[in-house]
Amino acid sequence: MIVIYINIIILFLLIITSIAINQQDNLFAATMLTGIFSLLSASLFVCLDAVDVAFTEAAVGAGIALILFLGTLASIKYKEKVKNKVSVSGLLLVIPTGFLLIYGIHDIPSFGALDNPVQTYLADRYITGSSKEIGIPNLVTSVLASYRGHDTLGEVTVIFTACIGVLMLLGRSRGDYRGIVDKEES
Amino acid sequence: MEHHLVLSVVARIIIPLIMLFGLYVQFHGDYGPGGGFQAGVIFASSFILYGIIFGVKKLRSVVNPTIVRCLAAFGVLLYIGVGVVGILKGGEFLNYNLLSKTSEVGQHIGIMIIELGVGITVASAMIILFFAFAKP
Repeated sequence: MIVIYINIIILFLLIITSIAINQQDNLFAATMLTGIFSLLSASLFVCLDAVDVAFTEAAVGAGIALILFLGTLASIKYKEKVKNKVSVSGLLLVIPTGFLLIYGIHDIPSFGALDNPVQTYLADRYITGSSKEIGIPNLVTSVLASYRGHDTLGEVTVIFTACIGVLMLLGRSRGDYRGIVDKEES
Repeated sequence: MEHHLVLSVVARIIIPLIMLFGLYVQFHGDYGPGGGFQAGVIFASSFILYGIIFGVKKLRSVVNPTIVRCLAAFGVLLYIGVGVVGILKGGEFLNYNLLSKTSEVGQHIGIMIIELGVGITVASAMIILFFAFAKP
């Protein structure tokens, strides 16, 4: 029971943080608030018993992403250009989308429901089969690495591709690296 | 930030511990929370901490950017390689059962190697991203 209250409190804190991020025009403060947002979502995942996801969120969202934001902030200005104009077309797009999303909630099975399609056959199959077929104690790893090995391969490829994309946009070629180092040393 | 004495002393102590924790998460992923992805990020964060405290230039002399780029590709290739070995042994792509005599040992070996591949790629990718985003 107490976990439900903690979940509700964390969800409220998440909403408050996201509003604060929106209101902030100092980019440094907004970046720090996104870190807090990630840490709060990580604690929410812990409360929902998704420890592996929480681990990832804390390491990537609150750790590396924050560092990359700060690295970007070091090369641009800290102050956002404030635009107080209300965009009518944006509002027209956002409000119906929000209503559609809230309308869509009705069809989603309630949290932890037993007739949830995931729970009816797939979870059962993994829980009963994993100890015999894979034989490692952490079910999450056995699903990610073995049952869903192709998905994880796709994920790694996505990270690799993103890395190549960043290198093409921001990375300097090897010759330029030498040029920078030479200039700094001389 | 070389002039911050406290930061540099604490970083010297904490960086090996972060690396050790990264390796623990990598190879203990079969038994507890964690795995290649988280381990890669944690391992890379030790290098990034070094870069923040002692400067990107010094980090560049510690880790060669060219080697890190090659390692990022090597991790993906290691993953695909395990799948290809499965095919060569007469099974499907990414079938770990055939990697060893018993299917359970095969699964253990397969999962260990692909998690290592994931870890290498993620760690290298994070270091490359830091190099790209950090001010030279």
